[in-house]
Amino acid sequence: MLVLGGGIAGCWAAIAAAREGVGVTLVEKGATVSSGAAGSGCDHWESAATNPCSGVTPEELTRAMIADHGGYNNGISHYIECREGYDRLLDLEAMGGKIRDSEDEFAGAEFRDEKTKFLFAYDYVNRFTLRVWGTTFKSALHAECRRLGVQVIDRTMATSLLSEEGRQGGRIIGATAVNGRTGEFLVLRAGATVLAMSRPTRIWLFSTGLPGLSEFRPPQCTGDGHAMGWKAGVEFTMMEKSVQAEWSGERSYPPYGTGNTHNTWYACSMVDAEGREIPWVDRDGRLLESVSERYRPAPGQRFFIKGGGESYFPLHDYLGPDTLPVDQLLEQGFKLPFYADLPGMPELERRAIWGLMVGEEGKTKVPILQNYTGAGFDPDTHLLQSYGDGWRSGAFLPQERQLFGLPGGMMNDWELRTNLEGLFAAGDQLFASNCHGHAAATGHYAGRHAVEFAMHAADAPISAEQAEIERDRIMAPLDRKRGLTWKELNAAVARQMQHHCGAFKTADLLESGLAALDDLEEHEVPRLRAGNPHELIRTLEVMNILTNARLILHASLARQASSKHLQW
Amino acid sequence: MTDRSRLGEGPLREEVPAPLFIDPELCTGCNLCLEVCQVDLMLPHPEKGGPPILRYPEECWYEGSCVEVCPVPGAIRLVHPPANRVNWKLKESRS
Ligand SMILES: Cc1cc2nc3c(=O)[nH]c(=O)nc-3n(C[C@H](O)[C@H](O)[C@H](O)COP(=O)(O)OP(=O)(O)OC[C@H]3O[C@@H](n4cnc5c(N)ncnc54)[C@H](O)[C@@H]3O)c2cc1C
Ligand code: SF4
Repeated sequence: MLVLGGGIAGCWAAIAAAREGVGVTLVEKGATVSSGAAGSGCDHWESAATNPCSGVTPEELTRAMIADHGGYNNGISHYIECREGYDRLLDLEAMGGKIRDSEDEFAGAEFRDEKTKFLFAYDYVNRFTLRVWGTTFKSALHAECRRLGVQVIDRTMATSLLSEEGRQGGRIIGATAVNGRTGEFLVLRAGATVLAMSRPTRIWLFSTGLPGLSEFRPPQCTGDGHAMGWKAGVEFTMMEKSVQAEWSGERSYPPYGTGNTHNTWYACSMVDAEGREIPWVDRDGRLLESVSERYRPAPGQRFFIKGGGESYFPLHDYLGPDTLPVDQLLEQGFKLPFYADLPGMPELERRAIWGLMVGEEGKTKVPILQNYTGAGFDPDTHLLQSYGDGWRSGAFLPQERQLFGLPGGMMNDWELRTNLEGLFAAGDQLFASNCHGHAAATGHYAGRHAVEFAMHAADAPISAEQAEIERDRIMAPLDRKRGLTWKELNAAVARQMQHHCGAFKTADLLESGLAALDDLEEHEVPRLRAGNPHELIRTLEVMNILTNARLILHASLARQASSKHLQW
Repeated sequence: MTDRSRLGEGPLREEVPAPLFIDPELCTGCNLCLEVCQVDLMLPHPEKGGPPILRYPEECWYEGSCVEVCPVPGAIRLVHPPANRVNWKLKESRS
């Protein structure tokens, strides 16, 4: 079994497969112990519909998630998330991850179940999202991989899929990879392969000064799986969907590090510049008097959805409490800037946001909790400024776009198989996918089904020619002393995509964009240079970014009708 | 207001913003930070025991795994670029 990508989904796929007793190789571009979107933490685990306190069933929740996105959602993968996410949490606990308030720090809190010591977020009545200590998760997964004998190959970038007889569309029988420190080229054989390399980034957003902060996701998560899958003949869906950017480290402020009311900071009180409290309302516009009401469905409402999988056009059925929109607030005389009012929150809620959520959430323990505290921030006395509406903390232009929320990705069947034999996908590699629990559940599920396939797969030799062509392709930039750097090419792709596939999309614009990208492919890619294996990895990533941009343009050209939910 | 004096000063490589401040007095050169960095932006010091070199600082994702793993308190600090710093004020104050 071969697993490409050692983030959340990849680790779980490897663990599931290794538990079945097969040999597993895990290839990770960074360091499995900390790599991926969730390497530094996770504060809430969504859709744990089978936990003993849940007020919703997996079926109810999955149907709601599909309906909330107008049908443009991955019902299969989210059903797996709702059915098995909680099992993975219990697994994690057995590996040493912390999922309960075992020290009773929040004893008596409204969001705590006294029996299980679970802490919940958002909908306190229906209790299907758990507050967790996610900084403990990634190292636990890594340790479990090692304990089970998974061969972990770190610092190694998967570059292509190898198919039977080297034929596009053929059964996948292995992959190629290159080490980012030594430049060593690897050819890996496999009975079954799981792709878990997350989703494309840096298609529209690129900062030449701070490239690592171009996007919300880690810089080495560039959608390599999409690019190599497309070349191998994998089917995709919804790739024409993009949204106006919400996050870019360079263009906005540190995630979770500004005053806001969403996600990690739900449902923090806010005040305006003069200290006037910002009103909260339920889905029907009913003013909420108490903080506690922000965590409850409206009268007559079954449950509400909050967190990472929220819709841009939410249905009234599942709409949760929120502050009034900014334009309405300004009309009512509220003055900018607004601030998060942690001191105004009840003590246990304050400590849940600042200390637990901000702390256990990814990118918060050191950069926010530790650094802000060190610089004098005190949640008991300070108001933290807000820099945008919602949780955005920044403003973007309509052409500055991102694959965010539930973007397109690989098509899957009920076994999380792609259309190619021997090839499975999990986590954010899949279409309409997001969130930690989803990645864990689908990773484990894909791992199990991939093993089943691998057990019965006939042996097939690797095509030496296919591997050699790939080696020549990827090593070429190392041989060039002069030419283009990866940053220059990434900036060029982003510029073209902003111009040709921004807020407005017409066939002529898209065709013109495709021609511009074809030109980059033909004339600039052959000039790319890399001074060493590290720069080679960065260069190969941008070649994939270019491929993904073309995939998006082709998908856009194929679409003939506008679509609200695809923001198209 | 943020107490700027406590955020540290001076990049290690002048031409790009430095995400990390490594105190050469405290750093033991164990290279644990370098091994957990998913971006792989550091190189080991050419001399054993020396602090790692920030070879590609602009690629930093500012998530802090390197700081978390460091066994010596204060030996390595992560600092957001100035354009990323945010403001706070005392609840009673009006500015
Ligand atoms: C700051 C932050 C906070 C978040 N907080 C939450 C939260 O609280 N709750 C929640 O539910 N979700 C949260 N999310 C989302 C969640 O972390 C992701 O949905 C989840 O990690 C996706 O898992 P994945 O395995 O698909 O991708 P990842 O975990 O990102 O893993 C992908 C892995 O693939 C590797 N890789 C990429 N390309 C290659 C290649 N060519 N070869 C080899 N390896 C490669 C990468 O290095 C990476 O390790 C957060 C995301 C971020 C960025
Ligand atoms: S903050 Fe993260 S990306 Fe930056 S140097 Fe440290 S480990 Fe590497």
